[in-house]
Amino acid sequence: MSQTTNPPKPDTIYFFGTCLIDLIYPKAGVSAVQLLQRERVKVIYPQAQTCCGQPAWNSGYRDEARQVARAQIKFFPKNIPIVIPSGSCAGMMKTHYPELFKGEADEVEALNLANRVYELTEFLVDVLKVQLQDLGEAVEVAVHTSCSARREMGVADKIEQLLGQLSNVDVKEQAYKTECCGFGGTFAIKEPEISAAMVADKTLHIRATGATQLVSQDCGCLMNISGAFAYQAQHEGKAAPKAQHIAEFLWERTHG
Amino acid sequence: MAKPTEFRIDVEKALGKTEVRAHFRKAMDTLMTNRRNQFPDDAALQALRTQAQAIRANALSKLPELLEQLETNLTKNGVQVHWAETTDEANQIVLGIMQKHHAQSIIKGKSMVSEEMGLNHFLEERGIEALESDLGEFIIQLDGETPSHIIMPAIHKSKEQISKLFHEKFPDIPYTDNVDELTASARRILRDKFYAAPVGLSGVNFAVAETGTLCLVENEGNGRMSTTIPPVHIAVTGIEKVVEKLSDIPPLLSILPRSATGQPITTYFNMISGPRKADEKDGPTEVHLVLLDNGRSRIYSDPELLATLRCIRCGACINHCPVYVRIGGHSYGTVYPGPIGTILEPQKEGLKVHGELIQASSLCGACGEVCPVRIPIPNIINRLRHDSVRKDTENTPTQDAGTRRKPLEAAIWQAWSWSASHPSLYNFGGKTATQLRGLVPNNLGAWTKVRTAPKLAEQTLHQQLKALGVDHE
Ligand code: SF4
Repeated sequence: MSQTTNPPKPDTIYFFGTCLIDLIYPKAGVSAVQLLQRERVKVIYPQAQTCCGQPAWNSGYRDEARQVARAQIKFFPKNIPIVIPSGSCAGMMKTHYPELFKGEADEVEALNLANRVYELTEFLVDVLKVQLQDLGEAVEVAVHTSCSARREMGVADKIEQLLGQLSNVDVKEQAYKTECCGFGGTFAIKEPEISAAMVADKTLHIRATGATQLVSQDCGCLMNISGAFAYQAQHEGKAAPKAQHIAEFLWERTHG
Repeated sequence: MAKPTEFRIDVEKALGKTEVRAHFRKAMDTLMTNRRNQFPDDAALQALRTQAQAIRANALSKLPELLEQLETNLTKNGVQVHWAETTDEANQIVLGIMQKHHAQSIIKGKSMVSEEMGLNHFLEERGIEALESDLGEFIIQLDGETPSHIIMPAIHKSKEQISKLFHEKFPDIPYTDNVDELTASARRILRDKFYAAPVGLSGVNFAVAETGTLCLVENEGNGRMSTTIPPVHIAVTGIEKVVEKLSDIPPLLSILPRSATGQPITTYFNMISGPRKADEKDGPTEVHLVLLDNGRSRIYSDPELLATLRCIRCGACINHCPVYVRIGGHSYGTVYPGPIGTILEPQKEGLKVHGELIQASSLCGACGEVCPVRIPIPNIINRLRHDSVRKDTENTPTQDAGTRRKPLEAAIWQAWSWSASHPSLYNFGGKTATQLRGLVPNNLGAWTKVRTAPKLAEQTLHQQLKALGVDHE
């Protein structure tokens, strides 16, 4: 859940980049760091960081997830916020680390870390209270909020608040907005037919808004939806809205 | 490549039926909208959910005592209480009662526990006619089907299909696709059966320990007729349906229909407190309650899995599930479909039989968000995924724990875990990608059937932030 009382603006924060951004969408990570630095926050990116452990956790491999999680806990020792550009990985650290370490030696550290976790848009809005100035062209944007940002982290409204600050951005609401895009990590692989049916509907509804741009807080969903857009463009000649992580989109439109 | 499972085949078939899918979508949309309209004030909804959760959690925390108290009070009220550990035992109990009365037929109100028991089939094999009186159940029984939803068993059927079915089965009745006329025909057919049936059967929504009262919610009045007209009434229910006090009922009765169909209250609410008394004019002369375990005490023994038993069978999780709406209830191949079935069936019947279901969730959390008793369904799915591959199987009551652990998959996760916790900075990325790819050798093509493949970045975020001089202490 979103923090009810927000801490004062910190001088220094940790940045946890997530493995998906590390490997496939580094630009989203760089943009997030730039957005944070612009607010005069010192960003520390521990180079030893890898993955939050969620893939193993969601596959039932708890020992393996714990081993990876334990390493991350060690890499983020200082008592400063940890900002994560993903609702899903933030949810893993905030709500599932405490479960994963329940009754284990590192339970206290896990709880301590969980308390310091923020999803990026939540941090920008609630803690840094950013004021954005739109320098971009007029554009119609559709938003896909990840299920973990919405239901696990309770931060669905933050991305809309940020977009609301951009004078040239017109947010288009799609049908079935709150429905899952069908990614679900290993779900997309283990249940490919159901996942395909879900992303087919998601792309249909987004395209129906006429928006030329899609943004999300989560690269997992983006990989799924934009992959389907690109496939449909190649094979069915349909328009493919440009898909970007919110950090990348915000940075592109607001830096001079 | 491994042989596709029955579940996989059914899912593919279901996904191919575009008309049925559109029909399901429309039906679920209506149910979701109706529910939303019942809860205009979110804070009030959340407070009511917490209250309902507390009532159910309280009952479970004292389950053995409350069941004893329930039995004592029911017996005092003249209800005969029977305990069944397995569905077979439950069926035998029902059969025994029927034989005692030389009954050749039974008329049934809607009961998912009787579906769980496979009661109709069991009785029919023994020459006893079991007739469903709930309209939805009546329809699917005509067509030889099982329910596709726990509260709307015939939701998969269109009006046209039902019209055709009626005409086929009752050629004397003129063809109509008017819903009211169809309902009226069914009523007429059933009315005579009610008067003739020697035994009536029903489920139970809540059993009140304090007073020995069986509560039954329904919309058609068939529940009341099944439990009052025949001289013998048999109620069947799971042992988890008990609540402590009569005052526990109003909050549950308030949240159940609103979550289920979006009705402020059901048309009928029956409180059954015993057979006909000497000075009473109607009601059955004999009332029985069969309390079924069927794996429930196993679930009960685990503090995390226990939450499964809070369920009040409203079906809201099903109505809101993005998987259910696309594959429909029958694909699950279980008595209870959707999210509740996904957590309940593998626990009830074991992971060998229904373990595949726990993969059929994107863990989106829509179910947990609407559940009136706040069952953390995604967490329980996650726990069952763990149970299905864990090594310390002695630490879980789940049947067939560990049996879905595959050596190759386990080895991959171990290798992944090792490299992701011993970061060798420059090759973490590449390694992870190749390792995880190995996880799904058979389904690698599945992703690219409808999507383009993601491309690895030329430079990882690690490398880029290092080059930008971002602090890395
Ligand atoms: S799990 Fe919750 S939402 Fe689903 S049927 Fe049971 S009570 Fe209703």
